[in-house]
Amino acid sequence: MQYLYGSARVGWELMRKTRVVIAKPGLDGHDRGAKVIARALRDAGMEVIYTGLRQTPEQIAATALQEDADVVGLSILSGAHMHICPRLMELLRAKGLEHVRVLVGGIIPDVDIPKLREMGVTGIFLPGSPMQSIIDFINNSMGQAVTPKAEAI
Amino acid sequence: MKSATTDRERANSFTTISGRPIERLYTADSISGLSYDRDLGDPGVYPYTRGIHPTGYRGKVWTMRQFAGFGTPEETNGRYKQLLAAGGTGLSVAFDLPTLMGRDPDDPLSLGEVGKCGVSVVTLADMERLFEGIRLADITTSMTINSPAPMIFAMYLVVAEQQGADWKTLSGTIQNDILKEFIAQKEYIFPPRPSMRLITDIFEFCAAEVPKWNTISVSGYHIREAGATALQELAFTLRDGIEYVQWGVDAGLDVDDFVPRMSFFFNAHSDFFEEIAKYRAARKIWARVMRERFGAKSERSLKLRFHSQTAGVSLTAQQPYNNVVRTALQALSAVLGGTNSLHTNSLDEALALPTAEAATLALRTQQVIAHESGVTNTVDPFGGSYFIERLTLDMEEGAYRYFDTIDRMGGMVAAVEQGYPQREIAESSYRFQQAVEKKEKLIVGVNAFVEENEVPHPILYIDESAAGAQMARMIETKAGRDEARVQRSLAALAETARGTSNTMYPLLECVRAYATVGEMCNALRDVWGEYEEVPSI
Repeated sequence: MQYLYGSARVGWELMRKTRVVIAKPGLDGHDRGAKVIARALRDAGMEVIYTGLRQTPEQIAATALQEDADVVGLSILSGAHMHICPRLMELLRAKGLEHVRVLVGGIIPDVDIPKLREMGVTGIFLPGSPMQSIIDFINNSMGQAVTPKAEAI
Repeated sequence: MKSATTDRERANSFTTISGRPIERLYTADSISGLSYDRDLGDPGVYPYTRGIHPTGYRGKVWTMRQFAGFGTPEETNGRYKQLLAAGGTGLSVAFDLPTLMGRDPDDPLSLGEVGKCGVSVVTLADMERLFEGIRLADITTSMTINSPAPMIFAMYLVVAEQQGADWKTLSGTIQNDILKEFIAQKEYIFPPRPSMRLITDIFEFCAAEVPKWNTISVSGYHIREAGATALQELAFTLRDGIEYVQWGVDAGLDVDDFVPRMSFFFNAHSDFFEEIAKYRAARKIWARVMRERFGAKSERSLKLRFHSQTAGVSLTAQQPYNNVVRTALQALSAVLGGTNSLHTNSLDEALALPTAEAATLALRTQQVIAHESGVTNTVDPFGGSYFIERLTLDMEEGAYRYFDTIDRMGGMVAAVEQGYPQREIAESSYRFQQAVEKKEKLIVGVNAFVEENEVPHPILYIDESAAGAQMARMIETKAGRDEARVQRSLAALAETARGTSNTMYPLLECVRAYATVGEMCNALRDVWGEYEEVPSI
């Protein structure tokens, strides 16, 4: 542990786990996807905060701030994404959380994908997306290896 | 002596989609303890393993009941008329999330949800429009509604009354299964115990007033969709059924007065034989439990009737036409398992709500099975198969083991409060996902036989007009109603909720006064509070 490439700072950067808030906005209660992803990200070494069901965009933005999140992952199956996402992006900006990457998983019609990207949603994952593709996407977007490696040193 | 090469198999182990190991061969030895009379019985004979009707589908094929609903009541009414014209034999109403959660279109949590996953029903006026031109006396209607089931059912009864239909002959089903909401689908409003009371109120009300109505559809469908194994689906669903019967008995009802009107709803998933065994075991277990545990005397209390629906969770967004094949196989398993009614999913449901063409093709799939495949010519064609009978016995044994665990916890309400079935399902769900990631389980088009650059599939896009239309409607209805009558009826409902008399009677008055679903649910929220789950992964 003492020999983390000579610098405690580098060590800390390497040690800090990626912090992910997994949220289920709207009225829908189908939480299989959200829970499976939350667990997969945790097993991949990330710090995962699962908000539970029926979160408003306001609650999700507040959690992202409070938990110092790097990533917010939304699970939306009900078709409400074009209402929830713009509101959340606006709230994140208002709180100075532009650096938080927002990912959406669920049933998203093709025509909405460019619109979501335009409003700043970085990753969109449709049914059947491998868990590994989401883990890789987050790791790549963080520009660093996530912690299991650092912990193993 | 066989050579090593001819004995080699392409995998170290073979398992069902639920992870149950399967042997290379099943023989007479596999079912050596099986007794025909004790374990099977002829169709129509206890324990009904082979079916509840002596004639199977030779008498009448299953009801082809396609679940549908979206947008405004008028739009859904149009889809119903089309399904009935295409040869559908029953209606099945899908409500939108605000309705399912007892919230009006102007509630902040309804943002973007009105009319999206189903039809929006706010007041009696919407129910009148939903069934305009459809004679409720002539059809059976299934309504997928749980927490607000008493409110929606009351609306249906009032529309029937307006049409001149007799409640005594009216038939249909309300899902009304709150336990699986706590366990799996999570569309709950009130805490478990008052929720159970609403259900026993319906049992009692229907026994007296609407005797042919199916008061509950105890559902494994959603438990399976949440990631349960076939055995967990079977065990938790039947144990939920036992819980409802126990609560009914504890409320002073006679088993044979309400159990005959209970029905079940199972998933038709992808592992063909395992599913058939599940349905057969379900009938056998229910018959035995009703007779031995509850002392039911009426044969109708012993016969488990069930609806099934193909597995939504098995549908893939990739190569959507593959879903037609999946659905056909799943539907065939439900038919070979003796389903009493069936919904087949549409090929585009991993992408959106189905288009009219996709919904018609799904219905046609059932018609091909019923009229072309020949599987309806004889009853329980797999009866006596070494493999199917072994699987059926194992399903039964596994379910009883789960019953013991849940009984020890103090019953299903207690188990749910402790999060037991929820944890069991989350565990299975994660295990399956890992098996898919490791390609131990293959999904065509997803982790095998993948196509790059697929052409986007045309889908039904639900626009935002329903929300505005339903909001305007609600305002209009509220402006035209007798406000004092509404407030009186809501106060009477709250008063009944605080006491012990039947909530259905004050609810009917609220409905006749054109109270909204949200207003009725809020009156009860004020008395009972709202349930909130502790999030865990």
